[in-house]
Amino acid sequence: MVNRILVGAHYGLKDWVIQRATAIVMAVYTVIFLVVIGSVGPDSLESWRGVFAGGFMRFATFLFFVSVFYHAWIGIRDIWMDYIKPDGIRLLLMVATATVLVGYAGWAIRILWRT
Amino acid sequence: MAEMAIKKKRPKNLDLPTIRLPLPGILSIIHRISGAALFLLLPFLLWLFESSLTSAETFASFKAVVDHGLVKIILLGLIWFYMHHFCAGIRYLLLDVDIGVDLKEAILSSKIVFGVSIALTLIVGVQVLW
Ligand code: HEM
Repeated sequence: MVNRILVGAHYGLKDWVIQRATAIVMAVYTVIFLVVIGSVGPDSLESWRGVFAGGFMRFATFLFFVSVFYHAWIGIRDIWMDYIKPDGIRLLLMVATATVLVGYAGWAIRILWRT
Repeated sequence: MAEMAIKKKRPKNLDLPTIRLPLPGILSIIHRISGAALFLLLPFLLWLFESSLTSAETFASFKAVVDHGLVKIILLGLIWFYMHHFCAGIRYLLLDVDIGVDLKEAILSSKIVFGVSIALTLIVGVQVLW
């Protein structure tokens, strides 16, 4: 018989590390972003698009988004595990969270590669 | 052993107005609230980002939304949440590598987090919103 625990605080070290790694990526990007909007804000469509048209900013922004979504997944899942005790509702909320985050990732890619 | 210690009756104080959360505790709860709020507002932020980049029409509606007084207040709050989560997050990362762990330093670094995140909010908020 397989006794796997599907919900509970047993995910452990790997997620803890990923939450930290993504935090560092986002922190570095935040500094870059603040420096960039210090000189080019969203004042006109052309100049603002120019910011994300370059290969570096587009890729860095993409990396940032991926980090946000993965980081938020771990963080929000931790919050559900802390406050939501009934397994069914907890699992439902986790699935809903993961689903919207995957959707946001697709949306973010579309935004970045359409412009 | 551990269970015995837990089962022992402990004094309880549920008189909420007399409970004072220390500063690092306040920092911590705002860190959680800000993380949750940022998550909940992701669709709004992605929509703003998308309309700011897509076309002349969507850019105009982006500008119109951001120019609304109420939206500015919400965005300022969001910028504060982000800055708090960012600064408090860096503080946690430092704590993880054992920097600033003792009580005095923990309280000092909490004060720094509040000060720096509020200052950054004002600077960035004024720069991008007004
Ligand atoms: C510069 C950006 C960021 C940094 C440095 C950062 C850092 C951190 C760190 C270190 C933690 C772990 C705290 C702990 O274990 O007690 C954390 C938790 C969390 N983060 Fe972030 N984060 C950032 C951005 C974001 C964003 C953009 C979101 C949401 C979309 C977010 C959502 C969360 C959530 C929900 C948690 C869980 C909170 C909790 O368990 O109390 N973070 N963050």
